Amino acid sequence: MKEILILILLFGLVGSALLSVLIRNLLKAAITLAAASALLAAVMFLLGTWIAAVIELSVCAGMITVVFISAISLTKPLTDEEILIEARERRGRYIFLPFILIAVLALLIILKASNLMNFDFIESANSTSVPDFTTQTSVIWNNRALDILGQVIVLLSGVFGVVVLFKERTAK
Amino acid sequence: MIIDLNFIIFASIILLMVTGLYCLLVTKNLLRILIALEVMTKSVTLFLISSGYFSGNAVLTQALVITLIIIEVVVIVVACGIVIGVCVHNKNLDIKNMRKLKG
Repeated sequence: MKEILILILLFGLVGSALLSVLIRNLLKAAITLAAASALLAAVMFLLGTWIAAVIELSVCAGMITVVFISAISLTKPLTDEEILIEARERRGRYIFLPFILIAVLALLIILKASNLMNFDFIESANSTSVPDFTTQTSVIWNNRALDILGQVIVLLSGVFGVVVLFKERTAK
Repeated sequence: MIIDLNFIIFASIILLMVTGLYCLLVTKNLLRILIALEVMTKSVTLFLISSGYFSGNAVLTQALVITLIIIEVVVIVVACGIVIGVCVHNKNLDIKNMRKLKG
């Protein structure tokens, strides 16, 4: 049952990622990317990493979408003529992507069916047991002091980067 | 019917990576490059999570994935700031118009 659910979710994940690349409208592409993030969060939840799933859902599906949409709203939209030219160019450029994906999938299935490549490359350790929630939270919150310090420094540098970029923009 | 979870997840990782890489190679729009980068990061996140699940080290990979998400957000936010700056300067998002970067 769980495998079927994961299969459906992964199908949706690949499909929405493909749509976010193929859709011409950038706003719709950002929203399909958010859908892909939400589906990935559901897969992560089913695989037993709950805390990372919540962070993925709130940060990737929420905050990055807001950042993308605000960036799209701050940029200049194309005129009708440019849209026509761009649509024609895009069709030529992206037409090969579905065929490449189908070819890659067919290659993987052939490799799998003919046993040329062993896909159990990750050793299954005692029937893929997932630690309980208390163990996970204690490891995540108590044993990662240095890690959290690094993340705070990265976040701080990101904030300074945004401040510098937006300051330069308003000064012009 | 027995579904091989290992194979399904591996195939999705490969397909996501190919999608992002292809978009990164052929696109001429700056924001589309960021979307492609995001799709590729999704593939890496799925790979880390599944490897943790199959090897029984879910907690370790979870810590790694949280760090990955934080760095991803910072990269995307700073890159969006740069894209807006380029758009104000060049008046559009096409990378063909960024000629002043040539040496």
